[in-house]
Amino acid sequence: MSAASAKRTIRVIVNGEARECDVEPRTHLVDCLREELGLKGSHLGCEHGVCGACTVRLDGEIVRGCLVLAVQADGGDVRTVEGLSANGTGRELQRAFVARNALQCGFCTPGMLAAALELVEQRPNATRTQVREWMSGNYCRCTGYHAIVDAVCEVLAQGAAAKTITGATG
Amino acid sequence: MKRDEPRLLEGRPEHAPALAPVTADPRYIGVAVPRPNIQRLVEGAGTYIDDIELPRMGHVVYWRSPVAHARIEGIDATEARKMPGVIAVIDGKQVASVCKPWVAVLAHLQGIKSAPEYALAIDRAHWQGEPVVAVVADTRAKAEDALAKLHVDWEALPAVTDIETALDAATPVIHPDLGDNLCFQRTLDTGAVDDAFAKADAVCETTFHFGRHTGVTLEPRCQIADWNAPEKRLTVYHSFQAPHMMQDLYCRQFSLPEDAVRVVCKDCGGSFGIKVHAYPDDFATVAVSMLLKRPIKFVADRLESFTSDIHARHHRVKARIAAAKSGEILAFEIDDLTGIGPFSVFPRTSGIEGNQVVNLTGGPYKHKQYRARMKVVFQNKVPTCQYRGVGHPIACAVTEGLVDLAAQKLGIDPLAMRKQNVIPDDAYPATGASGIRLEVLSHEACLAKIERMMNYQGLRAEQAALRRQGVFRGIGFATVIELTNPSAAFYGVGGARISAQDGATIRLEPSGAVTVMVGVGEQGQGNDGIFAQIAADAVGIAIERVRLVMSDTDITPYGGGTWASRGAGIGGEAILLAGLALRKNILDVAAAILKRPADGLAVFRGDVVDAGTSEVLMALSELGRIAYFRPDTLPAGFQSELMVTRHYAQRDYPFIFTNGVQASHVEVDADTGFVKLLAHWCVEDCGRVINPMLVDEQMRGAIVQGIGGALFEECLYDQAGQLLNGSMMDYLVPMAAEMPDIHVAHVETPTRSSKLGAKGAGEAGTAGAPGAVMNAINDALAPFECAVHSQPITPEKILRALGKV
Repeated sequence: MSAASAKRTIRVIVNGEARECDVEPRTHLVDCLREELGLKGSHLGCEHGVCGACTVRLDGEIVRGCLVLAVQADGGDVRTVEGLSANGTGRELQRAFVARNALQCGFCTPGMLAAALELVEQRPNATRTQVREWMSGNYCRCTGYHAIVDAVCEVLAQGAAAKTITGATG
Repeated sequence: MKRDEPRLLEGRPEHAPALAPVTADPRYIGVAVPRPNIQRLVEGAGTYIDDIELPRMGHVVYWRSPVAHARIEGIDATEARKMPGVIAVIDGKQVASVCKPWVAVLAHLQGIKSAPEYALAIDRAHWQGEPVVAVVADTRAKAEDALAKLHVDWEALPAVTDIETALDAATPVIHPDLGDNLCFQRTLDTGAVDDAFAKADAVCETTFHFGRHTGVTLEPRCQIADWNAPEKRLTVYHSFQAPHMMQDLYCRQFSLPEDAVRVVCKDCGGSFGIKVHAYPDDFATVAVSMLLKRPIKFVADRLESFTSDIHARHHRVKARIAAAKSGEILAFEIDDLTGIGPFSVFPRTSGIEGNQVVNLTGGPYKHKQYRARMKVVFQNKVPTCQYRGVGHPIACAVTEGLVDLAAQKLGIDPLAMRKQNVIPDDAYPATGASGIRLEVLSHEACLAKIERMMNYQGLRAEQAALRRQGVFRGIGFATVIELTNPSAAFYGVGGARISAQDGATIRLEPSGAVTVMVGVGEQGQGNDGIFAQIAADAVGIAIERVRLVMSDTDITPYGGGTWASRGAGIGGEAILLAGLALRKNILDVAAAILKRPADGLAVFRGDVVDAGTSEVLMALSELGRIAYFRPDTLPAGFQSELMVTRHYAQRDYPFIFTNGVQASHVEVDADTGFVKLLAHWCVEDCGRVINPMLVDEQMRGAIVQGIGGALFEECLYDQAGQLLNGSMMDYLVPMAAEMPDIHVAHVETPTRSSKLGAKGAGEAGTAGAPGAVMNAINDALAPFECAVHSQPITPEKILRALGKV
């Protein structure tokens, strides 16, 4: 084994839990999550950054798990679909996805949810067209996207309604 | 019991008419119930094949032919074997020592021929991507490292790539033993076609091209083969649609008895027909497991998916239509040429798509004359086979493209032309010009509904106004028929050991819950949801109390699985029959316990009730307790039977056809050739709608796959047979931003061939979308007096048609 492939120890907070593992420098973050840490919720669709199935959150921003190396996440904070329910908006998105059948086979869903969560947090006033544009980095072969857009728009509308209520009573 | 109990209507779209219920406690059938089984998928708790890890598991990668046609002259694995973690390097001859080759033909496709195909190519590779050598290591990454050190000597052979010249004498024959490159051909002639064209007022003729495309399931094909040598038993975990079919094929190719093979399907990340075929690497992975006596995982990477998943379509159809001044369609004529790669695909064959084009062209209409010629040729490209829609998108786009040409020539509104020519709703059962038998369809109702739904006259007025401003919008229709609920006519009669029948076993648990074991599986369609709905209504319990066990050949009733839109119609009917039978048996037990006649009892909302007064007499949990734990208290001679199995095979028609109509609204930029999809409408009739939300979603997803083929998707090859766009960066698929909102409405005309009355819904969207979008684009281009009939309809093709490039 060459020096370049010698394993390095990395420490990562994953879904709020401190984890440590030994990885080769070439190991991608998603492979580390799946193979080293047993978190099978993030999926591999293309392994070249196009399909978005492996989208996870690293230090507060979504990244492609197949384009980030695990060693780049050393010392970082990673949130995957398994930890999404901990967040109120994440839970709301999961609920809306189920209620509107915004997933069929479910393979793209972890990445879709990660992308949608960032959208709802960063662009709470997004229009339907903007939702379509934002979500266009994630490939879904099953749904035709309509229900996914519906589900995200529903959660956006809930957020807007909650703000209105807060404003009215506060 | 309150027979008039109002049905739960929450979430049910107002446009869906309610049919008379088929169960005594109707709560879920016909209602937009969310799928109970998907909560775990949104929480990342599914089990896809790549999520499974077994002890001692090896990972296999395949060295695949780098060129379209090659002689394999030598394999040197010396360096590869020395790489860290490598377990074995295995070639085609070693695999052939345990796995027989196959020839994929069917008796009812008269004259179809193909050559023996091996799990790993021996001596000669026939397409870029054909697997040749297996490299096995303890991780996938190490296996790939070793693959880079494998030396294979090969010499390129001349490749057959052009379908137009595949049958020319000067073209090399791919399989010399077959004599030529013709796989299959078929002709059909109703007899008076020439007369019809001679007396027509309008004859329109054009050539349609359909690009090769592929399924691009987000989860690639994958399996784990686990040969347990002491037990002489093979278990295969497979992302697949038809587990019993694979069980049978593994038995035959590996000479194993049926009971030695178990195929299990877990969560499946999309299938669409890609995962219903037996691939060479499926057999190779099993062979590797048998040779190495350990579990072996194969997961295709994306490049492998593009060069080894089946491709589909790739048709060139010369076609013409004859019509009278009145608008009456008199005849269709087609000449279809399609290329399928170097082998007919096992075991369903690659003759089916062309065969369907012949059967389905002109299908919605009442003309009497029809002639078709169809040739299927071999070529050195990825094999093609059945992918969602199978022939329907071709037949529909050809038919509907011709109808628009005739309407335009005669100056008739395209919607009016369709209304005039469809087989009327009161004319069924009917037989189409190609000989297809149509049980009952609703073209007129669907056309009327879509006209209102899309505000057709309003859109036409808007179109005219915008044209004056230099904005070019178009409206396109596609009337659709789709074959669903297949009988044995599809495969069984041709000798394929693929079950046309399916079954369900339902067991009442002591707690009053039920467990359903069913042969039809789940790949995302929502079979898991509708099956739970049907079981709950049939037995009379809450949907939360239904648990499904699917797709395990050790456990589930023997069945065909998921293909040809058969899940709801065949599998759903088996569950309904099993559930009703269980309900009857429950009432017999209740009668014995309560000492009352069974016909005065009912199961309602989880309880045994008095059928007349609805008085609750006994909870199912109490009935279960007595039946299982205190049978001593039941009358002498009485035996409870709280687990029942029922099967269903559709035997009334070769297929139960569905119908529908789609409309596309587009805007074409005449300067750039870009097409903007503004909206898409669909009225579909899949018989009884079990869950309108899921049918809507099947339609939308299928429509978008159809749009993909119409506008974006094509497996591009160079003249040497090299795939030019084998990545998701280069092979364009529809993404959210380009797709329109898709409005779906239903007409419900149940089939009388089953109690449930459900027909299939999974493929009609893909069948109709390409024709509708093509017609909309050509409607937009009409002021320029040009048209494009070559899919995918790219900006470049539009600009060429406009004479701008």
